[in-house]
This record gives sequence, C-alpha cells and structure tokens, in this order.
Amino acid sequence: MIKKITNISDQGIICDFGEEVNKDINKKVISLFNYLKEKSNKNEIKGIYNIIPSYNKLVVHFDLEKNNSHKIKEIISSIDLKKLTLSQLGKVWTVPVCYDDEFALDLENLTKSLKLSKDQIIKTHLQTEFYVYMIGFMPGHPYMGDLDKKLFTSRLLSPRVQVPIGSVAIAEKFCIIYPYISPGGWNIIGKTSIKLFDTKNLTNPCLFSPGDTIKFKKVNKSELK
Amino acid sequence: MEQIFFEVLRPGINSTFQDKGRFGVQHMGLAPGGAMDYQSFLLSNVLLNNENNTGSIEFAYQGPLLRLVKGKTKIVITGNVFFKIHSQKGEIIGEPYRTYDLNEGDQLDILATKSSVYGYLSIEGGFKLDKFCGSVSSQPRAFIGPNDGKKIELKDKILINKNSIIKENKIIRNIKFEEKKTYSVLPGPQFHYFSTASKKQFFSTPYLITKQTDRMGMRVMGKSLENLVNSNIPSEGIIKGAIQVPGDGNPIILLSDHPTTGGYPKVGSIISSDYDDLIQQNSNKEIYFQLVTLEAAEQQFALYIEKIKRKIANIEKI
Repeated sequence: MIKKITNISDQGIICDFGEEVNKDINKKVISLFNYLKEKSNKNEIKGIYNIIPSYNKLVVHFDLEKNNSHKIKEIISSIDLKKLTLSQLGKVWTVPVCYDDEFALDLENLTKSLKLSKDQIIKTHLQTEFYVYMIGFMPGHPYMGDLDKKLFTSRLLSPRVQVPIGSVAIAEKFCIIYPYISPGGWNIIGKTSIKLFDTKNLTNPCLFSPGDTIKFKKVNKSELK
Repeated sequence: MEQIFFEVLRPGINSTFQDKGRFGVQHMGLAPGGAMDYQSFLLSNVLLNNENNTGSIEFAYQGPLLRLVKGKTKIVITGNVFFKIHSQKGEIIGEPYRTYDLNEGDQLDILATKSSVYGYLSIEGGFKLDKFCGSVSSQPRAFIGPNDGKKIELKDKILINKNSIIKENKIIRNIKFEEKKTYSVLPGPQFHYFSTASKKQFFSTPYLITKQTDRMGMRVMGKSLENLVNSNIPSEGIIKGAIQVPGDGNPIILLSDHPTTGGYPKVGSIISSDYDDLIQQNSNKEIYFQLVTLEAAEQQFALYIEKIKRKIANIEKI
C-alpha cells in the first residue's frame, strides 16, 4: 500500500510503497500505473506528461498549467488500491542467450567470487523464471528479478565505459539486458540478439512490459542473429 | 511537388531537431527530451504563426550555416544569438525574435550564442520531419528522432514543409536576457538523507557549473553533500531538474535527456520556472541554490507563464 505521497518537483509527485522490493509490492505499483494511465488517456486526469513505475515507487509528472499536485494527490489518495487488480496478465518471453566466453565478460571472475563453476552459474540462471519489475534508464532496458540467492553479487567496482549491445548482466538480485552500447557496471554473463526497443514499431516500440515473465534459453553463437 | 530545402554547410555544435518533447512514454525507458529552453522554442513558433509544437533546430554555442537551395521561407531565431543573413542584397546582422524572409540561394549563418548556451531556428510551416511517439525531438544516444536521431551533419538536406505565404514580418522588442544568480530548489525525495550541516552549505555557498554539462545533465562543483543514509537507492522515476547526489557527494542536475530512472538519492529539484534560465548558463559560472516552498514554486510558475503571455501579446508587425 502507499505509505506516503510527496512532491518531488512543482510538476511531479512520488507515491512511496515502502522500502521493500518484491513482486507483490511491484504488482501494486503497476496496477496503480495502469489505472492512472487509463484515466489520463481518457483525459479524466488532465495534463499528465508521464507516469513512471519502478520497483516500489510511482512518479507522476504533470503540466502545472493544467493540473497541480494537490489535485493529483487527492485523486490517488481516493483510490482503493485493494480493488485494483492487474487488468492484464504479463506476457511470457523466451530470450536466447549465448554464454560463450567472448560475450560473458565477467563469468570467469564470478566463478571466483561466487565459488561456483561456469556451468553452475549458467544452469542457475537458466532455471530462474524472471519477472520484469520495470523498464528504465534507457529505452527498453528491463530490470528483472529475482536471481537465485547463489548468484547475488555486487556491481563492478569500476563501471565499463562501453558495454556491448545485448549484454545480459547481473547485480544484487537482478538481471538486466543492455539494449544499446552504453556505460555500465553490471556483471556480464552472456549476450542476446533480441531487440528490446524498436523505433520502427510506432505503436509498441518496447518489447517487454513490467509484469512480464522472462525465461532464458541457451544458444550457440551461430544462433544469435 | 518540388522539394524546398536547406543544405547544411556547417552543422554547428550539437544541432538537433526539438519540439516540446515526447510524453506518455517514460515507462518504456524513453525520456521526454524536447527543447531545453521551452520559452525560446515556443516564442519562435508563435512569431511564425506556427502550431506551438512545431519542430525547431536547437543549437548550442555555435549554430549551423545553412543555404536555402530551393524555395522561399520565413525564419526566426530565438535565444541570445548572433547571426548573419547573406542574400543578393548583401549581408545583414540578424536580430533574434524577429522574422526574416529567405529566398533561393540565401545563407543563414548562426555564429554564436551570446553569454548563453541554446538557441532555436524555426521556419514558417516547419521542417519536414517524421514523428516518433508524437514528437520529432532527437535523442542521439538512443537513436531516436528524425534521421535515427543523429545530430545535424555537414551536407544534410533539411526539407521544408511549404513555401512561405505570410507577407509581413514580426518582432518582439526589448527581450531581456536575465541572468539569475540564485536558483530555487524544492526538497527531493531523499532530502533527509543528507546532513543538516552540508545542506546548509548547499543552500548558502556558490557552485560552479562545470564543462561536464550537456542535454543530459549539469555537473556543478562546490561543497560536497554528506549522505548519512545510503548513496544508492532502488531506482525510481526521474523528472528533469532533479538534483541527484552520487557517492562522491557532488551534485548533478538532471536535464531534459536524463535517464528515465536512477538509483542515486536526490536532495532536491530546480523549480520549473527557473529551468529555462539555468540551462542557458555557461560553464564556469557561479550559481547559488535557495530552498523554497511548494507554494512559492507554484507562484513563480504562474508568473513565468504570465511573462510568456506578455511577450506574446507584445508581438508587433514590422
């Protein structure tokens, strides 16, 4: 449930669902996101620029010429979150990953810090059914969880200046995929050729949505497109 | 139909197409982007009787040199900009916030922004651009925008929607370029993470705008902020103007092309009415921050809108 709603700007508020990060709380965040988005699309809430769900927070960015934080807080406070259910079930995706050494830049180091063999790390990663908590940072960039406890690890001490596109990486209890070449500090364990954000797709450019389920499938280098 | 277009003889620094930005998409990891100085962008379109959200060319420091290869167009430049127009009649030094007619073969040379960063070039009827998610704004890092979001490059052909039909020219006289020294800040979601003493310093000592500043963020140098709780938080949504403080304690003000979510605590947020002014400040300038209330920020915003309306009301025919 929402612990508090506060201003983060004169044109933005944040709904705080607490400090914990888990699927149940995230599902509440997403159900409120879906509800507000629908209201905004129907213009029943005016002047909404963006609604941004994350693990356990929801940010609403609005146009102060058309609305204000007082009114938006009132609308959100009046919603009975218990009655909101996820209107649509998440999709299930299978993502091909190649774990070859040339792509899995940090796998070798992880075998030392996690005290597991490469095969054990790969097998554990493949056995996990991931849940998409949020899309953020860059277009199409998913934050997925939860990793098996055996794979919990911290970020690299010094982030890479350039992470190759499609890198599958882990840190803490999460797994991500880099949709673009970018800087990044997560531990890279493989590569996928799946396109996470497609600007040619004008109606639905982003492949995954929060709430989707992701399974990974091991493939050979030749099977990466 | 015959194409009407500019040829790029010099692209300038960081010249991109921008409109108000892209909305309803941030949950997909796509930042709103859009013109850094919304007010200057808006006035450029109003002066040309364009629809308010028509795409402009935004440039930083030095703008492009363009030659109108075919057609006839009306242009306006907004911001504090030094530019020249070369035509058959000779060369003139242009005034910003005034429309000009360009004929075939004329060249527009946008030389420099004066003690500011961003300027805007708009044309009557707009450039011929494809929209993505309702906007033409370019985000080169994500390959989003016209021509895959690329910055404007040498020899690019920039298409124009239609020939100019408006006869008269317009001007807004006596535009003042204010230079604020102090920027107002509302507390951020992790305001309480920082020590009282270091916040007191943050709101009383000067900060220098560093060269590590672009459309994504502005790094400022001054007294560092002391985090008493945690320098990492679970990533949460970001709005432009947010002041995030990474582990080293040096604040970064997130600007229009900010990441959509971030895991650093935020001490505050620049109030909306101060944003256009802040992003126009050059590096090496010293600025101050002051903490204000939400009511004060909302009042300032109403004044900001009022000021824009007054400028629009002051548009004169020449």
